[in-house]
Amino acid sequence: MRSTEHAPQMAQDNPTRFDIALRAARVAFNGVDIFHDLDLTLQAGSFTCLLGPSGVGKSTLLRYFAGLVEGDVSGTITCSDKIALTGRVAYMAQQDLLLPWRSVLENVALGAVLRHEKPDYEKASHLLTEVGLRDAANLRPAELSGGMKQRAALARTLMEDRPVVLMDEPFSALDPLNRLRLQELAARVLRGKTVLLVTHDPLEALRLGDHVHVLTGSPAQLQDAITPKGQSPRNIADPEILAQQAELLGQLGAERSEGGA
Amino acid sequence: MSTQNNPHTNKNALSEQRWLILARPLIIIIALIATWQLLVIVTGAPKYMLPPPADVWHTLIARHAVLLDHAKYTIAETVIGLFAGAALGTLAAIPMALFSPVRFWLMPILLVSQAIPFFALAPLLVLWLGFGLASKIAMAALIIFFPVTVAFFDGLSRTETGWLDLARTMGASRWRLLTHIRLPAALPAFASGFRVATAVAPIGAVIGEWVGSSHGLGYLMLHANARVQIDMVFACLLILCAFSITQYFIVDRVLRAALPWQPDSLKPVR
Repeated sequence: MRSTEHAPQMAQDNPTRFDIALRAARVAFNGVDIFHDLDLTLQAGSFTCLLGPSGVGKSTLLRYFAGLVEGDVSGTITCSDKIALTGRVAYMAQQDLLLPWRSVLENVALGAVLRHEKPDYEKASHLLTEVGLRDAANLRPAELSGGMKQRAALARTLMEDRPVVLMDEPFSALDPLNRLRLQELAARVLRGKTVLLVTHDPLEALRLGDHVHVLTGSPAQLQDAITPKGQSPRNIADPEILAQQAELLGQLGAERSEGGA
Repeated sequence: MSTQNNPHTNKNALSEQRWLILARPLIIIIALIATWQLLVIVTGAPKYMLPPPADVWHTLIARHAVLLDHAKYTIAETVIGLFAGAALGTLAAIPMALFSPVRFWLMPILLVSQAIPFFALAPLLVLWLGFGLASKIAMAALIIFFPVTVAFFDGLSRTETGWLDLARTMGASRWRLLTHIRLPAALPAFASGFRVATAVAPIGAVIGEWVGSSHGLGYLMLHANARVQIDMVFACLLILCAFSITQYFIVDRVLRAALPWQPDSLKPVR
């Protein structure tokens, strides 16, 4: 039944080799600029996190990379290998976006079906095993817990096997324990890919990100990146990480507490 | 009382529920008949105005051959009209959801079609399509068309935007997006429209029969009424009711079975 000899190619075997440069990006809704003149480079194979208060435009920036923003938009996205970014991104949202009428396995294989290709269910089962959902393959999403649904969504994202992964607060609806586990899983399975993760959690950003940017203000501007040391997932009890968290909170506009721990 | 998961009490609760599911319609029917009998007694209405249940029952048994023969026609008209109307509604809703020009042109026409009282259309339909089944099927289909179209269109235009975003990043073809996301996502809405349609479908057929026909329960009622055979009118009504309810339950069961993934807040959580 189970064949393990054809293990799916993991990202680290096939790292992403091109940088993505966003230049002079501008998005406006109803005549108000969300951001303008915004530059951001996603380095090949690195994990970039985007932090910011809610409503600042983090998701819009992420959706800009995904080509999902319509209307009053300008700016350029260029890849260092001179190939367009379109069609090379996989998208994962805060909601699991699993189709309730398809089984978990069929959801993971959705992309191929939508593109009129033959779905590789064997690869989909491998990925489900990889994210710890082997026994849930034939269940419907309604039968899964929140954490399991987000694991299935992660498997669906990996199934697309794109060099670039865009994630919009994918773990924010989970309980703390599940969030930690999924962060670990994501760090492992996405290693080598270019990832942009939007989050409102500074610790999540420091745990996973090689570059952590803060987006604040209106029109929103990017602060200089903070680059935590070591390989992700990082230990959030590390004093250096905690110091960087304080720095991030400062950039986000948190008041320094008078007592000063 | 205990919070323990006791399979014994669960089983008891389940069989109790089953018993209620079977008994409830019986209780309702008996209560309705009792109310009817009570009305007859309290108002003292003569038999040619409000026949007592026993008389109607007697007519149902004695004239069952005639009644069933006419019911056949009404049932056929309703069922064919239901499927024809639902098919037309589906055919209208999909292009309306996909192409905005179709929506802008078709929506006003749809609304106008509903502004015309369908009672007034019945004589025309009989004139154009004849005394036979066709005019009644058309009548039923016309009534059904609107709720199905509106419900299905509504469902199709409310596809979860996250799914559309996801499909776009996956490079979905327009056709596959429709058949694999938008259509299935709209099926619960279609099912609501179809349920409403099922309940109103017999009205169209009966009105058609009133206006001009030589068969059907509507025809039979009209003639019995003219001859003051009110027990016969009531017998026809009872058959119509029984048929409508049966049809509704069959449709409801089939729709539920076809959409098992549909969230149902009324379903007890296991």
